[in-house]
Amino acid sequence: MSAGYLSTQTPSTGRIPNTQRGLAAGRVSWDISGRLVLDDVGVLAPGGAVTGLLGPNGSGKSTLLRVLAGVQQAGRATSPSDAGASAPPSGPGSATDPATTFDGADLRALPRRERARLLALVEQDAGTDLPLSVLDAVLLGRIPHRSLLAGDSDADRAAAHTALAAAGAAELGDREVGTLSGGERQRVHMARALAQQPRLILLDEPTNHLDIAAQLHAMRVLRDLAADGVTVVAALHDLNLAASTCDHLVLLDQGRVVAAGPVDEVLVPEVLEPVYGVRVDVLTHPRTGRPVLSFDRG
Amino acid sequence: MKQLALPAATLALVLSIGVAVTIGPADLALSEVGRSVATHLGLGGALGLEPLSALRDGMVWQLRMPRILTAAAVGAGLAVCGAVMQSLTRNPLADPYLLGLSSGASLGAVLVLLAGVPLLLPVAAFAGAVGALALALGLAGALGTITPTRTVLAGLAISQLCAAAVSFVIFWSAKGDAFREVLSWLMGSVASATWTSVAIAGGAVLVLGTLLALTGSVLDAFTFGDTAAAALGVPVNRARWILLIGVALLTGALVSQSGSIGFVGLILPHAVRLFTGARHRLLLPLSALAGASFLVWADTLARTVFEPRELPVGIVTAAIGAPIFAFLLWKGNR
Repeated sequence: MSAGYLSTQTPSTGRIPNTQRGLAAGRVSWDISGRLVLDDVGVLAPGGAVTGLLGPNGSGKSTLLRVLAGVQQAGRATSPSDAGASAPPSGPGSATDPATTFDGADLRALPRRERARLLALVEQDAGTDLPLSVLDAVLLGRIPHRSLLAGDSDADRAAAHTALAAAGAAELGDREVGTLSGGERQRVHMARALAQQPRLILLDEPTNHLDIAAQLHAMRVLRDLAADGVTVVAALHDLNLAASTCDHLVLLDQGRVVAAGPVDEVLVPEVLEPVYGVRVDVLTHPRTGRPVLSFDRG
Repeated sequence: MKQLALPAATLALVLSIGVAVTIGPADLALSEVGRSVATHLGLGGALGLEPLSALRDGMVWQLRMPRILTAAAVGAGLAVCGAVMQSLTRNPLADPYLLGLSSGASLGAVLVLLAGVPLLLPVAAFAGAVGALALALGLAGALGTITPTRTVLAGLAISQLCAAAVSFVIFWSAKGDAFREVLSWLMGSVASATWTSVAIAGGAVLVLGTLLALTGSVLDAFTFGDTAAAALGVPVNRARWILLIGVALLTGALVSQSGSIGFVGLILPHAVRLFTGARHRLLLPLSALAGASFLVWADTLARTVFEPRELPVGIVTAAIGAPIFAFLLWKGNR
């Protein structure tokens, strides 16, 4: 079945720089209890751009982000007999951890703390039961930047305030994390990631459970980051949000990349319909000229 | 204001210890306590202080001081253990007592006393604490996703099992006053504390407690969970095991001297967090100081309220702690 999807794979065009700038990962694979979740994913996120990671539920978006962030080990591809996984691992040697590179540097070879200064991960629904002020939560992002024995320096506090401002959360600093609305909490998590001063930021559905204004705000923050040269990779559910915001898209299905490329090459009916199992019409936004999608049951 | 918290808490602890020594069947003045301490520290001559009479000096230095200092060390250590466990397991209900470490340590201690090798007491208590912790977390994991409630239920099961084993071992082996001994292991008591107890409990708190208190940044990183900690560059599994073993070591050393005293490790960190917030740099040392003062006063109540009868100090800490535990449960389920 995967052969059919793969045939729709869009060849990458000139929009993807073929230099080493940005995030590249080949053959990331992972299995959970025998099920092959990600196999042969080749992700390319151009530097200084917003890349949307798309795919139906269970397609492996979160897993891929966690593997890329180095918080989950990439596993060896399981044997084809397991759970009906159809893709045979190619060659015994090639199924092990591949290099994940960012701007040419092998992410997995970096020491943990150094990696945490380079990339930040914004999880879905991270919460705490403990009383924590927003400023303290954001200051957690400074941990990779200072000695484990040190307290907050003035520079740390300055970085935290800058991060809060960049995430549009400057006025939340004194609030308790537990009292925030969903949109406010998302901003705080983004600010915490920004306090790490990363050059690569990975976000798992940053617009989940947010109202439309908060969704647009979150995407605005991501655009601003990209404008500042940060490489952004965000798993997204909402295809229209991706259409309006992203520069580049990677579409996953059942743990495989089925398409990757500029927005107008991935968001086309021939690519989306087999993956999502719905009919797709692509319109053009009257003001922005970007694609607008409409769906109905096929 | 927060910069003053540590000096203020230290002062409160020193005063608490001094005043607690004056309280008891025979009245002593605070100045007498000061004179006795100065004399024993070799400062009496330099300060021109008269030594106390042998009887009164013995009361201060041999009876009350070791007991109160042991209570302070145990309170400090338990509060730090509770704070570290709550952060590592992201479980507001975690503490050495509820998760069975204390009962496991008591069992180890009682077995070694029965075997007649009291020198191994802290080691055996540590082994008991580690075993109980491993069983409790293993059981909680076997039940499915490790949730706070499951962890506490599993800890309760392990704790009850160890407590029953402690009672059994004592009734099997002891003559005469077995119930008192059972009570002092299961409810906790510092009534028979000596300077050796002070050395073991105090030494453990100074060494292990200080080391644990230095890991504030690592514990901070766990605030939003394991993944967030890993993304901040913390080696999650290694850090968790090292810290949990540190907690078990400290619990073992404390329980070998005081038996299992409940609720100190549970409620003190929560009370201190109301003031410090969830970050650990201030939380850990302040919890230690507050826990020390708390247990000094709990023990003072235990030995004076029903004079001449003495309560196991665990009854006092439970009377204060159990309602707060109930409140935390209620708050957690909303």
